[in-house]
Formats: sequence, structure tokens, C-alpha cells
Amino acid sequence: MRSPGTFMSLCGTKAPFVAVLAALALVAFTPPAGGAPQTSINDVEGEVMCPICGTLLELAESPQAERERVLVKRLIAEGKDKTEVKHALVAQYGPAVLALPEGKGFDLSAYLVPAIAFVVAAVALAFGVARWRRASSQPGGDGAPADKGPSGDDAERLERDLARYDL
Amino acid sequence: MSARAFLAFLAVCALIGLLGFGLLNKGEAKIAVGDPAPDKVLPVLGGPGRDSIADYRGRWVLVNLWASWCIPCREEAPVLDRFARRYDKRGVTVLGINVQDNSDDALAFLRENDVRYPQLRSIGDERSAAFGSTGVPENFLVDPQGRLALIWRGPVDGEFLRKQVVPVVEGRS
Repeated sequence: MRSPGTFMSLCGTKAPFVAVLAALALVAFTPPAGGAPQTSINDVEGEVMCPICGTLLELAESPQAERERVLVKRLIAEGKDKTEVKHALVAQYGPAVLALPEGKGFDLSAYLVPAIAFVVAAVALAFGVARWRRASSQPGGDGAPADKGPSGDDAERLERDLARYDL
Repeated sequence: MSARAFLAFLAVCALIGLLGFGLLNKGEAKIAVGDPAPDKVLPVLGGPGRDSIADYRGRWVLVNLWASWCIPCREEAPVLDRFARRYDKRGVTVLGINVQDNSDDALAFLRENDVRYPQLRSIGDERSAAFGSTGVPENFLVDPQGRLALIWRGPVDGEFLRKQVVPVVEGRS
């Protein structure tokens, strides 16, 4: 066991070193003031509208779009992530500011309806194809049997043509 | 008619109905003088609480739709502010409704132009659509019973207020 004197001498000799290490660690792990940017203007611009211009913000160059861009930059500088920036924009401009509808409530139908329509179309296509194949395989169906070749004059003409091209 | 044909007919009718519904909803609201003023409780711009046109029932209300990015709005704001102060005691209120804007820019606009009449804030263009608005600024005079007495889709100036608004609120028209 160390005596209090030893402890004091340890503290006395290593204290400045420990303090420097602690200070370096503090500098290394302290986030910049306002929080590190979690998104960028380019990242947000492609997903929000300039509601007054009626175009994506990244394509808009009107004064209104420039004001919206300034607001987005300020929100990013405050350390807000993309979702928080979008929420703030909705609070200012309404839901029309979002380029893509939100995945909840009635807006969910924007995603569900195309998916359901695709499934229904695929099922209908599968049934249609199955039915057409059944009809084709039956005698007197729409499709021609695969083993039935040309006959009569057609067969003779075909033979003559093929013989002409024999090397 | 077979059941299949009937179902196909119903599907076509539903599709046409859906398209019609979409087209009808796309159109802006049509309002006319004599109609009840489109109204909704809105947040007060830059302050606590909520307010509506109906809260001024019994007074004439000159509703001004504006946005901070609108250049003509910048020119008419001081004119409206002077009119508001002059006619306040004669039963007229000028009520600004900020639309299609963000609140920081809107508040900066009011400070820069020293505008002091009451202000509400409409998020997005909901109020513009309710008034059948095609842009900003637009002005609507609402009578003490809450009906539209005048619709002016554009900026106002002193002459317009003297010739078009004052005679109405003073009962001379």
C-alpha cells in the first residue's frame, strides 16, 4: 500500500501530463458549436419543393426559392438532421413543401395504390397467360400446333427453295 | 348485360368519377361580393394566440393577403398602415394574412415597414385557395356582418382606398 506521501508525489509529477491528456481528449470529443452538420443543402434540396414556384427546390431559382434555401441552410447550421429540417419546412410552408408524400395517413395511398395496382395487374396477366396457353393447347384453339408443317404446294415450294440454297 | 360487362362498366364509371373529382378539386374557390368571407381561426403572426375575421364582427375588415417576397406588398404596406390608423376609430380594421411565406421573413418585413395592424399567418397557401387567390397581394373588404363587400385582386394605393373603400365603409356608395 502506498503512503499518502507517495500518492502526493505521483500526483505532483504526473499531474501536468494527465491534465494535458484530459484537455486533448476534451478537444477531440467535443462537437463543434451548434452540433456537426448532419445533412447538407444538396441533400435536402432534392427532396423538398419550392411551393410557390411549383418545382423542386434544387431546380428553382426564384427569390422565394432563395429565401427557402437560406432557411434550410440556417436549420442545417443549427445542427438539425434532414428529418428535422423537413418538419420545420412543413411547419412553415405546409405539407406541399415535401416532394414525396409522407408515408402515413391518406398520403400512404400514394405508395399503396401503385403497389396494389401492380400486384392486381400481375395477377391478371398471369391468369390471362394461363388461359391463353390452355386455349392454345386444345384442338381448334387459337394457336397453331407446333408439329404441323406446310403441306401440298407450300411444302414443294419450300423444298425447291431450300435446294437452291444448298452449298 | 353479363356480370363481367357490368363490372367493367362500373370500373370505367369509377375511373371517370375519380378524374372528375380531381379536376373539380383542382380549381380555385370562386367567391363573389355578397358571399360570406372565407374564414378560419389562424395563428397570430409572431405572437401567441389565434384569431379570425369573425373576431372583428361588427367592424369593417380590410383583409390583405401578402407575403414578404412580394414587391408590390412592400409598396402597399405603409399605405395600409396609415389607413388602418386613420380609420380605426371609424370602425375599420386592416387585417393582414401572411401566406406562402416563412414566419421569420414575414416578421422582418413587418419590422422593416413599421406595420402595426393585426397579422395572422396561414401556413402554405390554404387561405389563398379559400379566397380563390391567384397571387399576392389581394384585398377583400368584409362588412360588419361578415360578407364580402369588395374584392380587389392586386395592390392598393391611397387613391384606391379613397375612391373604392372609404365610400363603402362610410355608407356613401
